[in-house]
Amino acid sequence: MKAGGTGVPVAPAFNLVFGERQPSRMMRFILRRTLQMIPTLLVVVLIIFVIFSVVPGSFISSLMSEGRNATNADVMAHLNQQFGLDKPLLVRLWDYLWGLAHFDLGISYRTREPVWNVIEPRLWPSIKLALAAMFFAALVGIPLGFVAALKPGSVIDTGTMMVAISGLSLPEFWFGLLLMYVFALQLGWLPSFGYNADSFQHLILPAIALGVSPMALLARTTRAGVLDVMNADFVRTARAKGVSEPRLVRSHVARNVLVLVLTTLGLQVGSLMGQAIVIEKLFSWPGIGSLLVDSVAARDIPVVQGAVIVIVLWFLVINMLVDVAYAAVDPRIKVT
Amino acid sequence: MMMTRLSLISALMLGTATIALAQDAKPQDGGKLVFTAPYGNSITSLDITATPHTQDEIVAKAINRSLYKWNPESGKPELDLAESVEKSADGKTYTYKLKDATFHNGDKFDADDVIWSYNRLADPKKALPGAEQMLQIAGVAEFQAGTATEISGLKKIDDKTIEITTTNLADPGWNLMSNYAPIYSKDYPEDQLASKPNGLGPFKLANYVAGSKVELEKFEDYFEGGKPHLDKLDIMLMGEASARDVAFRNGEIDVNILGPVQYEAYGEDPALKDRILEVAEVYTRNIGFNQNVEAFKDKRVRQAINHAINKDLIVEKLLKNKAYPAVSWLPISSPAFDKDAEPYAYDPEKAKELLKEAGFETGLKFAVTATPNESWGIPIVEAIIPMLAKVGVEVTADPVESAVLSDKILSDNFQAYIWSNSSGPDALKYLTCFHSQTPQTACNYVKFSNPEFDKLLDQAGSETDAAKQIDLLKQANNLLQEEAPLWFFNYNKAVMAYQPWVHGLKPNAMELAVQDYEDLWIDADAPASRK
Repeated sequence: MKAGGTGVPVAPAFNLVFGERQPSRMMRFILRRTLQMIPTLLVVVLIIFVIFSVVPGSFISSLMSEGRNATNADVMAHLNQQFGLDKPLLVRLWDYLWGLAHFDLGISYRTREPVWNVIEPRLWPSIKLALAAMFFAALVGIPLGFVAALKPGSVIDTGTMMVAISGLSLPEFWFGLLLMYVFALQLGWLPSFGYNADSFQHLILPAIALGVSPMALLARTTRAGVLDVMNADFVRTARAKGVSEPRLVRSHVARNVLVLVLTTLGLQVGSLMGQAIVIEKLFSWPGIGSLLVDSVAARDIPVVQGAVIVIVLWFLVINMLVDVAYAAVDPRIKVT
Repeated sequence: MMMTRLSLISALMLGTATIALAQDAKPQDGGKLVFTAPYGNSITSLDITATPHTQDEIVAKAINRSLYKWNPESGKPELDLAESVEKSADGKTYTYKLKDATFHNGDKFDADDVIWSYNRLADPKKALPGAEQMLQIAGVAEFQAGTATEISGLKKIDDKTIEITTTNLADPGWNLMSNYAPIYSKDYPEDQLASKPNGLGPFKLANYVAGSKVELEKFEDYFEGGKPHLDKLDIMLMGEASARDVAFRNGEIDVNILGPVQYEAYGEDPALKDRILEVAEVYTRNIGFNQNVEAFKDKRVRQAINHAINKDLIVEKLLKNKAYPAVSWLPISSPAFDKDAEPYAYDPEKAKELLKEAGFETGLKFAVTATPNESWGIPIVEAIIPMLAKVGVEVTADPVESAVLSDKILSDNFQAYIWSNSSGPDALKYLTCFHSQTPQTACNYVKFSNPEFDKLLDQAGSETDAAKQIDLLKQANNLLQEEAPLWFFNYNKAVMAYQPWVHGLKPNAMELAVQDYEDLWIDADAPASRK
């Protein structure tokens, strides 16, 4: 594949990914990466299990955290028995792993429902918030990075980087409150809190509050990547051959920067679900993060483990998808 | 000090009067109220019997009903699902005539539902926290021990009549009014109670978004004719005080429970200060002294600490007056609260004297286990450190989170703790926490033991004359103050701000955030979003 008239090779990405032999290679890659997730998850489960076995406090003690009379001693004993908390640590671990092998996350101590029933309603709101935050981050951060890099040292560059640094250093809680104050209380444009599955309006403020930090990171990463590529030999060659600046940026720079942007994007999307705790709490958003915090406070260990597994899985899957996407944007990277 | 107490009592009465005036207007039917549950961003379960948390109770009060209910105005339990009750001559058997009522799914309420619900609550295999409310019923102990297959103290006379026998002379209403002991339908699948509750309350579940909100709608067949007034009730689960503040000022929520900082800010805001409801709740904030610590075995040391701390100053400066300085254990709203009792005066010199007499003139050192709570946690411990240092007592904070605090107390792994504990409304029940026979794992956390106190409580427990019983409990409470097993810090002043279109709120001393939703209504000035 040739870049029209210039003789400069442009990434023949998609035929590599979707070429004749690629699907089977891709499938092997996905399978291998999926299998690699198992030991990662096992280690995570073990760490959580050990941590909550040694930290003080228990589900029973959390029942009286409000200072009401202690739960009846018989009730405590039966609760311990019911949840298997009276068994030795290793037996409990084995029971949990055995259940996990059968896709059984256990029973929530608090709600006495299967853990999946507790986690499942929180999943979509969490994904929705993470994706919306990332959409905002990409929509604002990538163009900002590009603009800044194309005019290095200019007022635009300085201003953009100031925004980026501010975005990285803003406390999410404070920024979220500021958004509430301005857009809900002062302007009355948006609701200040809450979740409505059918409404886009409730998503805007939490998504911006959560997305501001990855936006800033993306802006800085994009700027650095663009500056790097702009100084590369092949860009100089393309310029010497008379490729116009817009075409140079679109066809050569952007594509080469994409791998770096994708990496940042993937890591951020992956970690946003776990990072959303503060924003979920502030905006009464029913995500996994706030569930995790509540479950830790109540020592509802099965739900904590379940939520952590979901967050880790999300991170691993997103990163696998990013690896797959690498091959689509850069033919030098093979999914092997 | 007398003036302070008089002002306090006047203020409380004024608060009640203000609300009473608001209720004088004729309630209007229809509309939606947006309430808030402020103790977190989630509830544990829609089955209140499976959880002991106030956050869940706020929702459950709309859905369920118990045999009795708490009357915030009279400060006593009263019949709810029964129209009348007769007490036997020995004062231990109560015969209830039940009301005609219907569950949300259409099931008719009868005596079997009461028996089934109480058996379920007491069933040790279910391990429900609400089991505590059943302990007064005769035969529960045997049922829980497995020596009986049913509770002997529950007897169905006919579909609409039930007999309950108790183990003591205390009014069973105190236990059976609990929102944690509701009546469920015996025919409803138990495994659906947590997700699709089926109660006898004024509202039924319309939609539940776990971690965000509970939407309820009027139950047309509610047994109290003409109620509820509202068509819809949304309860927003909002743990963040600053987010609630923005939402309240923006008119998105109709009530807001305030913390100390907001209490001060709202009080100074002309647009908000006249729409604040205050009540002394039945929670006593205190520092408990473990009687296993040698120094705390001497009551002079405990008294010295009470004299050495300027609690009025802490309440004013740190809690922004969102608390009532405590006199003793029982709260102001308790009928056994002695209005003539004087609190410990701030008197460092007397504290030094007492410590000297007790042999601690060279110093005393102990740690206070505390959570980060702003009203009864580490900030308070930090405030008392310099006060106690002045009398030669060195205090350090042992910071923990809430679940760990109770764990440490129950396992006797503390020297002193600072906590907020239920201290009412049932004076006998909550004073019993200091009876020597009450184990530490129940609620005698400091392992207090005093024969004179035990005797007064035992007498009160077997006293059938209400006035005499109150007098005995008053004496016990005063003796507890004298013995000072705790530093009596403050009684919680719960504060709720409300929108001008909201009516029917009551100063509920049990828990201000738990309201009688069937009595709430909104007027014509409510915004369009509420209609």
